[in-house]
Amino acid sequence: MSGNILVFAEHFRGALTEATFEALATGRELAGKLGRSLEAALLGSGCRDLAQQLGVAAKVHYVEHPALGDVTPDLYAEALSQLVRICTPRAVLVPLSNLTMGVGTLLAARLRAPGVNFCTAMDIQDGEIRVKAVLYGGKLEATVVPRGEPLVAGLWPGSRNPEEGKSTTPPSLIEDFRPQLPEKPQIRLKRYIEPEAGDVDIREQPVLVAVGRGIQSEENIALAEELAAALGGAVCGSRPVIDQGWLPLSRQVGKSGATVKPKMYLAVGISGAPEHLEGMRNAPLIVAVNTDPQAPIFRVAHYGIVGDALDVLPALTEAVRKRRQETHA
Amino acid sequence: MHDPVAGTIAGVPAFLALWVATLLSLGLFGSRIWRYVKVLKTARPEVRWDHPGARLRLFIEHVLLQKKFVREPWIGLAHLVLFWSFVCYATTFWWNLIRGLFPALPLPYAEQIPAIGKWLEIFAVLGLAALAVAAVRRYVFTPERLVRSADASLILVLIAVVLSSYLAGALATSADAKRIAWWVHMFTVLGFLAYLPYSKHLHLLAAPFSVFFTALQRTGMPAPSDGAARREEFTWRQLFSGLACAECGRCDRSCPAFQSGYPLSPKDLMEHTKRAVRGENGGALLPPEALWSCMTCMACMERCMCFNEHLPLIIEMRRRLVVEGQVDGALQDALTKLNRYGNSFGSPARARTKWTQGLSVPVRDARKEAVEYLWFVGDYASFDPRVQPSTRALAKLLNAAKVDFGTLAEAEQNSGNDARRAGEEGLFEVLMEKNAAAIAKTRHRWIITSDPHSYHALKNEYHWTNGHSPVLHHSELLERLMGEGRLSVRRPLRGALTYHDPCYLGRYNGVYDAPRRVLTAIGARVEEMPRRREQSYCCGAGGGRIWMEDTVKVRERPAEARVREAASLGVDCLAVSCPKDLVMFQDAIKTTGLEGRLQVRELAELVAEACLAEA
Amino acid sequence: MNVLVILKMVPDVVEELEVAENGAALDVEAARMMLSESDDHALEEALLLKERLGGKVTVVALDAPDVDEALYTALAKGADRVVKIEGLDQPLTTSLAAAAVCEVLRTQPDLLPADLILTGAQAIDDLDGLMAPLVAHHLRLPYLGVITGVAADEAAKFATVVKEYSGGVRGEFEVPLPAVLGVQSAERPPRYVPVAKIRAVMKTGRIETAAAPVMADGGLALTEVLALNKPEEAGGAEILSGAPEEAAGKLCGVLAERGVL
Repeated sequence: MSGNILVFAEHFRGALTEATFEALATGRELAGKLGRSLEAALLGSGCRDLAQQLGVAAKVHYVEHPALGDVTPDLYAEALSQLVRICTPRAVLVPLSNLTMGVGTLLAARLRAPGVNFCTAMDIQDGEIRVKAVLYGGKLEATVVPRGEPLVAGLWPGSRNPEEGKSTTPPSLIEDFRPQLPEKPQIRLKRYIEPEAGDVDIREQPVLVAVGRGIQSEENIALAEELAAALGGAVCGSRPVIDQGWLPLSRQVGKSGATVKPKMYLAVGISGAPEHLEGMRNAPLIVAVNTDPQAPIFRVAHYGIVGDALDVLPALTEAVRKRRQETHA
Repeated sequence: MHDPVAGTIAGVPAFLALWVATLLSLGLFGSRIWRYVKVLKTARPEVRWDHPGARLRLFIEHVLLQKKFVREPWIGLAHLVLFWSFVCYATTFWWNLIRGLFPALPLPYAEQIPAIGKWLEIFAVLGLAALAVAAVRRYVFTPERLVRSADASLILVLIAVVLSSYLAGALATSADAKRIAWWVHMFTVLGFLAYLPYSKHLHLLAAPFSVFFTALQRTGMPAPSDGAARREEFTWRQLFSGLACAECGRCDRSCPAFQSGYPLSPKDLMEHTKRAVRGENGGALLPPEALWSCMTCMACMERCMCFNEHLPLIIEMRRRLVVEGQVDGALQDALTKLNRYGNSFGSPARARTKWTQGLSVPVRDARKEAVEYLWFVGDYASFDPRVQPSTRALAKLLNAAKVDFGTLAEAEQNSGNDARRAGEEGLFEVLMEKNAAAIAKTRHRWIITSDPHSYHALKNEYHWTNGHSPVLHHSELLERLMGEGRLSVRRPLRGALTYHDPCYLGRYNGVYDAPRRVLTAIGARVEEMPRRREQSYCCGAGGGRIWMEDTVKVRERPAEARVREAASLGVDCLAVSCPKDLVMFQDAIKTTGLEGRLQVRELAELVAEACLAEA
Repeated sequence: MNVLVILKMVPDVVEELEVAENGAALDVEAARMMLSESDDHALEEALLLKERLGGKVTVVALDAPDVDEALYTALAKGADRVVKIEGLDQPLTTSLAAAAVCEVLRTQPDLLPADLILTGAQAIDDLDGLMAPLVAHHLRLPYLGVITGVAADEAAKFATVVKEYSGGVRGEFEVPLPAVLGVQSAERPPRYVPVAKIRAVMKTGRIETAAAPVMADGGLALTEVLALNKPEEAGGAEILSGAPEEAAGKLCGVLAERGVL
C-alpha cells in the first residue's frame, strides 16, 4: 500500500478541465497532511502531452489505450481499477462532472472500496481521512469516514480554487501504463452535438449579469440586458431560464453549461443551487440579488442585495450610467 | 276591404299561392329547427328547468321588459321598441295567416279591428324609427367587432319592408294598393320565417329560451365532467349559446383577453359553436392557446344580452386538455405545487404563518380554540411579501375592533378556486376536502376572507357536510364593524381615489357597495372609473392566468390598461380589495411608468391608516 | 421494447430537514419524501419510448413513505406494471438500495430481461454512489449517465443516446442493448396527470409487492457518516441595505473600488 493520493485527471476535447486542477489542489493538501505524495492518472489515447500540466503531482501515470479515446464509464473504471491495484493509493479523487459521471461509483464497486460523493473538503484527523460532503442540494453537510481502502472520493466542482492545482513546472515523472481492455468500447461516441453558436461567448465576458427564475418572465430579461450593456458585459442564465427557452443554450452557466470567471458575476433572482454554483463560484467578485435573504447564493456571494430584481435592476442601471457620466465629465 | 286571398296572383289562385308559400316556408323553417333540436338532443343532458317561478320572473324582466338592454343609450330603447313591434306583428301575422289559409273561418283580419290596426300603425312608425337608430349605429358608428355582414343587412331590410309594407297598406287608398301591400307583407314575413334559422336573427327565437334556461347561479362553472372537445360532449345548454348569439360583439368589446391582444375572442367562440351545431365544422371550437387566455372574469356573460354562457364552454374544453395532460410548463408547475404543498408558491405549509412574525397582535389558532370569525387568509395574503403588509393591517384592525378571530394556520390550503377554473376538477376536490375537513373541526360562527377567489369558492362552490357558515368578505366585515362603532376614524383620508371592483367579489357575487361605503366612511372621495361595478375590467390574474406565462406578444396587459384608466381620472390612489389585484397593479404601475403618479393600496391598509392609533 | 424504470424517494428539501438525535442521520419521521427529480425524468423517457416503439414499462421502487403515490402516479401516466420492494429498514444507502433492487430483479420472475433499464442520473442523497452505475455493475450491463435523449429501433439491439457534457456540448452515443442509462432529463418535461386520474387509478390499479432479500453482509457499509449538520455560513455576503436606489449606489461604489466600473 503506497498510501499516496491518486487524482484522476479529466480532460475534454484536448484540454484538462478546471475540476482536475481543483482535485489536484485538494489532493496535494491531503497528501501533504498524510506525508505522502500526490500522483495523477491521465487516461486517454494520444494525449500524453497533457501530462505536462500536471506538475503539482509528483508522478503522472499515463494510461494509454485506443479504447480510452472517449470517456466511457465501464472502460475508464476498469482501467483505473487495474492502475489502482498496481499503485495502491490511499485515496482516489475523481471530479464529479457530467463527463465522468459514474466512473467513481463503478471504480469503488469494482474495487469493493468505499465511495463518497459530493465531496467539498477533505481532511485528516487521527490518521483517518475525513470527508465533508454536501447532501440534499446543499442543505445539509455530512462528515464521512471511509472504512476501507482505497477511498474513492467524488469531488464536487467549484469547491476549490483551481489555480492552487496549477503548476508551471512539469511533473517529475511520467510513467506509462497499458491496461488490459477490449480493443473497442461497447459504447461508442458517434459525434459531438455543438450548441448553436451564440453571438456572445460568456466565458470571455468581463462582466456577467446572470438571471434565474426570479426574473419571472422573458420580457424582464431586457432589464438585465440594459444593465449588462451599461457595465460592458453580457447576460447569462441558470438552467431553469434556458429550459424555458428565454435564453439560448450558449448562455447557460452551471454543471451542464459553462464555467465562467468574469471580473464580476451579478446573480439576479438565482437561488444558488449547487449545479449553478459549480459554474461561477470562483469568480473574484460575486454579487447576488434575491428576494429571499436565506437563499444559498448569499453564502457564496461577496455582496448581496435583498430585493426584487424588477426594482433593483433598473436602479442599478441608472446608478451605473450616472457614475459613468460623472467620471467622464 | 276585399279579401286579399280571393282572386289570383300572377295567374295563380291567391289562396293556393298562400298555401304553397306557407308550406314551403314552414317546411324550410321546421326542418332546419328540427335539425338543431336533434343536435341538442344528442348533446349531454343538463337540468335547466328547476325553479320555474324564478325563471319566469327572469323571462319577464329580461325578455319582456329587456331590463338589461334598455339601459344602453339609444340602442336599448330602440331594441325594446323593435322587440314589441315584433311581438305585435308576429301575433297579427299568425292571425292573418290562419285566416288567409282558412277563409271559411268567421274571423276578421287583425287590422280590420280598429284598435289593433291603430297599434300596428303606431308600432310601424316607432319600429321604423328604431330601425333607423339601429342602422345608424351599425353603419355610421359601427361598434368594434360588429360585423356589417350581408346577413345583418338583409335582416334590417326585411324588417323595414315588413313594417313599411304594413304602413303603406294602411295609408293606401286604392284597394289594389292595399292588396299588394298585404301580399308583400305576408310573403316577406314568410320569407323571413324561412330564412330565420339560417340567420343570426335566430336569436329572436333562441334568446328567450336562453333567458328561461339560464344558470340561476352565475358561476360560469359547468357541472363536474371529464371535459369536452367534440360537439356531442357539450351539454345542450352550452351548445344553445351558439344559436342564441346575435353577433353583436359586446363580449369581445368587454373581454380583457381580447382587448389586450390575446388569441381569445368570445364572439368567435359563439360563432364556432353555432357552426358546430349546424354541422359546419368538425366541432373544434377553440385552439388551446385561446382557451388558456381566458381570465374567467365573466365580463362576456355579463355584457351578453342573449344570456349566452361563454365560460362553461371554455372550462369544459380546459378540463379535456387537463385530462389529456396538455398543460403547459408554468401552469403544470403551479398545479403540481398546489397538489403537493397546498399553495402555488411551492412553499412548505409551515411558512404559511410567517406573515404573523413580528406582528404586535395575536392571531389565534382556530384549530385549538373556538373563535367567532374564522379567517381564511388565502395564499397570496399569506405568502406574497407584497401582500403581507395588508394582511397584517387587517389583523391589527380586527384586534382593535376586539373581534374574536383565528385562522387555520398551517392547515389552510389554497381554496382551489383557480385550480378549478384551470380545468383541474380533481385538484379542486382534493383542496376542498382538506379545507372543509379542517374547517369542520373548528368552532366558529362566520368565515371571513380578504381574498375574493376564496370568498367565492367557500361561499358558493364548497360542499359542506354539516351546515354552512356564512362567508363575509373583509370589506363587508369592516363595513359592519365601522357601522357598529367598533372601529372609529381618527385620521380621515381626504382626497380622491378610485376603486377597482374585483371580478370574484363584484360580478360573481354582487358585492359592490360595501367597499365603497368603507372608503367613504374613512374620508375618501371615491371617483369612479368608466369601467366600474359590473363592467369592471379584470386585472388579468384569474382563471389560473397568474400562474401562466404569456406565449404571445400582447399589446397591453389588462392590468396595465386598468392602471392607465385609473390614472386618467387624475387620482393618485387606486384602492383594491383583492390580494391578486394588489400584486398585478403594482407590477403594472412599474411597467407603465406610472410610478410616483399612482399608488395601489389595499382596503385594509387604508382603513388601518385611518383608524388605528398607530399604523 | 421493454423498459424497466427504477424509482427512488428522496427527502423534499422544500421542507425543513431535521437531523436525528444521534447527529449523524436525517430525521426520517420529520422528512417529507418525494420522487427523485431525475427518476421522474427517467420515467417520462420510458413512457416516450413506449409511445414511439410500443412495448411495456415496468416500474420498480423500494418501499418508502409516500412511494405509493409515486407508483400510482406512474400507473396513471401509462406504466404497465409497478412493483414495490418491501422489508428493508429505512433509510437506505444507495449501495444497499441498488444491491437490493438487483437481487429482486434477478429472483423475481418476469422483471428481467428488459431491453433498457432507466433511472435518474443522480439523486440528492446519493452519498455513497449512484444508482445507475451500481445497477449496471450488479447486472453486468453497459452504462452511460447524464442522458437527455434515447432513440431505439424496433429490433431493440442498439440505442442512440444523447449525453450532456458541459458548456452546452452534447454527445451522441451508440449503446448496445440491454443497458442501464442514468437519465438527466427527458426529451420533454414529465407529463402532467390530473389528480382525478390518479385517484381513479388508486381504486383500480394494483401495486405488486416483492420481498426484499436478506442482505448477507449487513449492507455494503464501507463508509460511516460521523455527523450531519447544516453547512457553516463561511463568510457569507455583505448585504447592502436600503431601498433599491440606495443599495444600487452602494454597489456602484464597490464596483468602482474593484475596478469593474
